[in-house]
Amino acid sequence: MIIRPYGDTLDDGAVQLSFTLPVPDGPKGREAARLFVEKLGFKHVDVVHSTALSSGFSMYVAYGKTETSVDYAAIQVEEATGAKVYTMDEANAVIREKLGRKVVVVGACTGFDAHTVGIDAIMNMKGYNHHFGLERYPELETFNLGAQVPNEKLIDYAVKVNADAILVSQVVTQKDVHIQNMTEFIELLQARGLRERFIVCAGGTRIGNKLAVELGYDGGFGKGSYAEHVATFIIDRLIERKTVH
Amino acid sequence: MESKLALSQERIQKARELATSIVGPVLDFVDLHTTVTVERATLRLAGADGADADGVPVPNLVVDQLKGRLEDGALLYYVNALVKTGGTVADLNARIAGGLDVAALPLGDRGTLEAKAAELVETFQRRVKANRAHREAKQKQFEGRNHSPLLYVIVATGNIHEDTKQAVAAAEQGADVVAVIRTTAQSLLDYVPYGATTEGFGGTYATQENFRIMRAALDEVVEREGRYILLTNYASGLCMPEIAAMGALERLDMMLNDSMYGILFRDINMYRTFVDQKFSRMINAFAGIIINTGEDNYLTTSDAVEKAYTVLASQFLNERFAYAAGLPPRLMGLGHAFEMNPTLHNGFLLEVAQAQMAREIFPEAPLKYMPPTKFMTGDIFKGLAMNSMFNFASKLTGQGIHLLGMLTEAIHTPFMMDRFLALDNAKHVMNTMEGLADEIEFRKDGVIANRAKEVLEETVVFLEEIDGVGLMPAIEQGRFADIKRPADLGKGLDGLQKKGPGYFNPFEDFLKAELGL
Ligand code: B12
Repeated sequence: MIIRPYGDTLDDGAVQLSFTLPVPDGPKGREAARLFVEKLGFKHVDVVHSTALSSGFSMYVAYGKTETSVDYAAIQVEEATGAKVYTMDEANAVIREKLGRKVVVVGACTGFDAHTVGIDAIMNMKGYNHHFGLERYPELETFNLGAQVPNEKLIDYAVKVNADAILVSQVVTQKDVHIQNMTEFIELLQARGLRERFIVCAGGTRIGNKLAVELGYDGGFGKGSYAEHVATFIIDRLIERKTVH
Repeated sequence: MESKLALSQERIQKARELATSIVGPVLDFVDLHTTVTVERATLRLAGADGADADGVPVPNLVVDQLKGRLEDGALLYYVNALVKTGGTVADLNARIAGGLDVAALPLGDRGTLEAKAAELVETFQRRVKANRAHREAKQKQFEGRNHSPLLYVIVATGNIHEDTKQAVAAAEQGADVVAVIRTTAQSLLDYVPYGATTEGFGGTYATQENFRIMRAALDEVVEREGRYILLTNYASGLCMPEIAAMGALERLDMMLNDSMYGILFRDINMYRTFVDQKFSRMINAFAGIIINTGEDNYLTTSDAVEKAYTVLASQFLNERFAYAAGLPPRLMGLGHAFEMNPTLHNGFLLEVAQAQMAREIFPEAPLKYMPPTKFMTGDIFKGLAMNSMFNFASKLTGQGIHLLGMLTEAIHTPFMMDRFLALDNAKHVMNTMEGLADEIEFRKDGVIANRAKEVLEETVVFLEEIDGVGLMPAIEQGRFADIKRPADLGKGLDGLQKKGPGYFNPFEDFLKAELGL
């Protein structure tokens, strides 16, 4: 199934764009904007608005039509959790039945990142958006270390409480600080021979499963994920490990 | 100002009395103590500047040399070194950066040191008074050219030279206030880096040189645009008073400065923060710098309806701490925020109630109103609509400092275009409804008036509770923002120092006298 953006007619390929150019507003700027959009591969380009942002910068709104398409049927996405997500009660029941012991989870927002709301949303009693947090799951034992936690400290803590899973939250992503920090975390685990000991999940507004897996995590959770997603993931992985070993 | 909410003056008075009683014991503690950063700030006011080959700033070098002697006041040894070496302050800074140990020099006669220190105080006060005079003259010259409320934007590229371009563009687009956001984690550094910087994450280092560069860039636009542009930075974190000192010297106009933010949201030790906030506020007060308090942060972690009273309670406490440091109401940019859940039915009415309430309780303070942030998502179109509602609420309730919401709040620090759209939106909304506030009254028993009464009442109850346990124990118990901070934990505690019997700080004495404290 081949698809293109939809304006008001199937396959019209209509796209709206807005951007800034480092040149003054005026006929020349508008022509530059038009050419630029054309070079992106758009046809019937219309620069519908331009305005000066300052003496040397200008902003444009443009429309164009594209013939570029994607094959929708061929697309595969790998989310950390599949179609089946356990409710809190189901999760507890599965742990009792299949694992027969409490599952220990340690989490933190690491590095210099001070954003606690995301990790709290997943871990704290109250949860988020009417989805309870992991702390409320009777079969889980959770430790939320808060924010600005050095990678080393998080690992030490996980070792201390004999954790099954470690949750890493990263919200600040400017200049790819999260990538450096997340990579360092995995390298530290590897250097200490601990990578295989834990299920390691990353999460945050701009984190996806794809990125997390690329960086060596077991799974990644972005915007819109709740405690039950990560609980399901951890439980299924633990069961998987148990049957393999 | 005519009251639209008919709030009980008696309850407001009660809240103020409670705040005074709550803050009192903390201030008693503060007066007996100093900290490493208060000492470094004092040195900076005296002219200590520069850094050694490893980048360690001169004020840190001096304070580090004085281990065990800090109770005398670091300035004593700095001035002594100045007298002993016989050169200028700049010469001394260079010597210290080169390895001179001020602790190794025998102390000279106290009278001589006092006289020398008095000269340094004189130089400092002349410079800061000139800054104030310059600001006042420009504001007078361009009177009526700023927006009301002041339109406030941030720049945060990480590179001061890129920041100046963004700031100049914002000023040309109509911004009245430009804040340079600090880089991630600067608040936890126990030193202020030296010199111009070009690398930062989510913000730019606050350094004295960066302040100077930005001030100079904005001063040019001031002349071109015929509008005074206020420059803002963050006197917060472990170096709160030092940053205030730099701001006073380089003519910043506003400083983010909260009495408890660092404790709650950055895990800085509470003793340290309380001591630091007082000295930093005294400097701000003398320099005519408007402080911006951080009540908005309570609402980024808690619900804006449920916890509205924590905002008002914090405003009362911040006000009390500010008075105690000599700040007049016109320099108290008490904070609050438009963080109501946008799906809440009639949420806008509650928001207007809270904003109007703040306005009426603190009539002379230029309230700092923060935009929606936590409910902003990748849906930039909805974000723009939410910001329009915010602009409307702000103008309707006569706020003083209006921090513009960015449509891309959930995505990145602002692009130049985002800032333009925000300014354009605010100017549009505020112009089209300029006179509306004068036209409307709120129903005596309506949703808005009742909501304001309710929040005030909850605040009084909350303050009574805090007064019962004491402010520091209340923080330990997690009564603010649900965050527990033990008094003897947190960052920077080791930098706390009891003042000795001979504590020497003529800058503090001068500020107290000047501010009538
Ligand atoms: C609230 C907030 C703050 C508060 C944080 C309070 C606190 N205690 O957390 C305060 C005011 C302190 C703050 C400070 C800063 N902030 Co801030 N902040 C925000 C804001 C407004 C909301 C974030 C939030 O709470 N979202 C709600 C939560 C629930 O969502 P979430 O984090 O995405 O979490 C969900 C998922 O991602 C996931 N998840 C998250 N973590 C994890 C972990 C695991 C294991 C799993 C499974 C799932 C998971 O589950 C959650 C629920 O669905 C955003 C803007 C926005 N609207 O997004 C900016 C924002 C994140 N902040 C930003 C910045 C730059 C900063 C500062 C660096 C600014 C500065 N220079 O000082 C400082 C941070 C300093 C530091 N050392 O980190 C930028 C980040 C830009 C970028 N992409 O890098 C943003 C986007 C704002 C902006 N446009 O500039 N901030």
